[in-house]
Amino acid sequence: MAKVVAVTGNEACANALRQVNPDVCGIYPITPQTDMMQRYASFIANGKVTTESILVESEHSSMSACIGAAAAGGRVITATSSQGLALMWEMLHIASGDRLPIIMPVVNRALSAPLNIHGDHSDAMGARDTGWIQIWSENAQESYDNTIQAFRIGEHMDIRLPVMVCLDGFIISHSIERMEYLEDGEVRDFVGEFKNFLPLLDLEKPKSYGPLILTDLYHEYKRAQHEVMTKVKDVVLDVAKDFEKLSGRKYGLFESYRLEDADIALVILNSAAGTSKDVIDEFRQRGVKAGLLKPRLFRPFPYEEAAEALKNTKAVCVMDRADSFGGYGPLFMEITSALYHLKERPVLINKIYGLGGRDYMPSHAELVLNELNEIAKGGKVKIIKEYLGVRE
Amino acid sequence: MKKVFSRPKSLKPTPFRYCPGCGHSLVHRIIAEAVDQLKIRTRVIGIAPVGCAVFAYDYFNFDMLEAAHGRPPAAATALKRVMPEKIIFSYQGDGDLAAIGTSEIIHAANRGENLSVFFINNANYGMTGGQMAPTTIHGQRTTTTPSGRDAKTSGYPLRVSELLATIEGVSFVERVSVDSYKNLMRAKRAVTTAFLNQIDCKGFSFVEILSPCPTNWGMTPQKALQWLREALIPVYPLGIIKGKKCN
Ligand code: SF4
Repeated sequence: MAKVVAVTGNEACANALRQVNPDVCGIYPITPQTDMMQRYASFIANGKVTTESILVESEHSSMSACIGAAAAGGRVITATSSQGLALMWEMLHIASGDRLPIIMPVVNRALSAPLNIHGDHSDAMGARDTGWIQIWSENAQESYDNTIQAFRIGEHMDIRLPVMVCLDGFIISHSIERMEYLEDGEVRDFVGEFKNFLPLLDLEKPKSYGPLILTDLYHEYKRAQHEVMTKVKDVVLDVAKDFEKLSGRKYGLFESYRLEDADIALVILNSAAGTSKDVIDEFRQRGVKAGLLKPRLFRPFPYEEAAEALKNTKAVCVMDRADSFGGYGPLFMEITSALYHLKERPVLINKIYGLGGRDYMPSHAELVLNELNEIAKGGKVKIIKEYLGVRE
Repeated sequence: MKKVFSRPKSLKPTPFRYCPGCGHSLVHRIIAEAVDQLKIRTRVIGIAPVGCAVFAYDYFNFDMLEAAHGRPPAAATALKRVMPEKIIFSYQGDGDLAAIGTSEIIHAANRGENLSVFFINNANYGMTGGQMAPTTIHGQRTTTTPSGRDAKTSGYPLRVSELLATIEGVSFVERVSVDSYKNLMRAKRAVTTAFLNQIDCKGFSFVEILSPCPTNWGMTPQKALQWLREALIPVYPLGIIKGKKCN
């Protein structure tokens, strides 16, 4: 029986991790993730889990410890944010290159400089190309559900890759929401026993991880990593199907909201999607056919499926809570790539919003939808990439 | 009426937002007084850490730089080498200096950089809410060691001053405390010595300052001072560990 609770996103993720009870956890604090690992440390101290904790001196060491523990054959977790993820960058590539299914909630926060502790997506977008699977979550419930599903996805014998579960710093990590917990036993059965794959601690069959490969085979190795990524989508969908049977909650590669007959659409990640959906409902009431696509799986990116979902729209705004200075927003670049192959494509614009935790308000969504409505009626695109809500 | 007390010029008229009873405000004050007395305010550049003192630049009334977590000694090295006439200090907590930034502090010391480093040891990570730091003492309860630090799984209290004193490039190391007026005056002398050494090009000077964190120690300010005296000082004995103090 599901238990209805009122908890923060951090607490929800900490509890998902508790229910899985992994072998090893690398612990290092960083705002706004701190409270998640802190809660986990108290689960360990109170005997609620049998996880071995490693209190390390930096995130670089945390990911290094996780890599060691995962290569040894353990089910391994950690969590981080912002500068912490940035400091891990070197080790992120090693975790994915060594095919170690480490599970890591990332509580999204802006990057320095200037220093800022609030939520945006710059951290995880910077880790886009590290070979990790990335799953994004709108609210506490999705963060919890995605964390649980991440174990099944990353540990799948055809995949064996590390997974980041992204949730918005403060907006989700620190706000209390109503959500439902599964029973401990249900989660345990759902994720199943951890299956080892070539563990270092198998003394009968010694092996090595990550040795030097130069021009002879490195290229092939990386090609193989891409190959694995192409299998992830199906696994994500299979796991989602099983999860739906258990929880009644439906997940896909992305969420389509009132998109079937939409003329105009927003593409937007995480918590701001929730705000936007309300505004879309208002536009629908006024007879404007508006819809929304909220990516869930960002790496690997579901290009064909996203193109299929957006192909009948006339104008689309891709909303980025991160920037690529001198380029377009990272999500915009994915959507343009996805749509390029269509014979007829919607007009695309890109808005950068909410950097460093700047509030994203319903009025922002309204502004964008009005602009899209004009474009859909044949209006001209004035500026492709624009910043929303900049103080002049 | 005769003026008997005024704010050092090196402090802005900004009220401290540190917790009541926190040692940071005291340490800011003695650094500001030392800078005023040495008349180096226009030559000083401070480097703020990541931690509770991340807002040091809101209080000090001279140039400040914000460095990435743990990297102030590397940033200080660059500033000093580019502008040798400036007086450069870093202000770092135990999360910044003794954990994520151990590499930078050791190598700046080993190069004998002509810098002054002020290291606040309050035996936990203050800003993130009281997690275990390398300086946490045996048995000390923190939010990541709720049953007390256990050396078997999480190591021993790190004595950074003693560690740095073994490095040839280091000219001065002293551990001080801000638990009493007497110790505060000693701390101010140590800070002054660290600045004077830099002015005289004597090389790397390091002052470790034991400082109360009542909030995360879960104590009243008064109790925190008592715990600092009874529990911290025995693990981190006060005094000059290397070099001589300047008069
Ligand atoms: S948390 Fe501790 S170190 Fe930080 S301001 Fe409060 S008392 Fe001072």
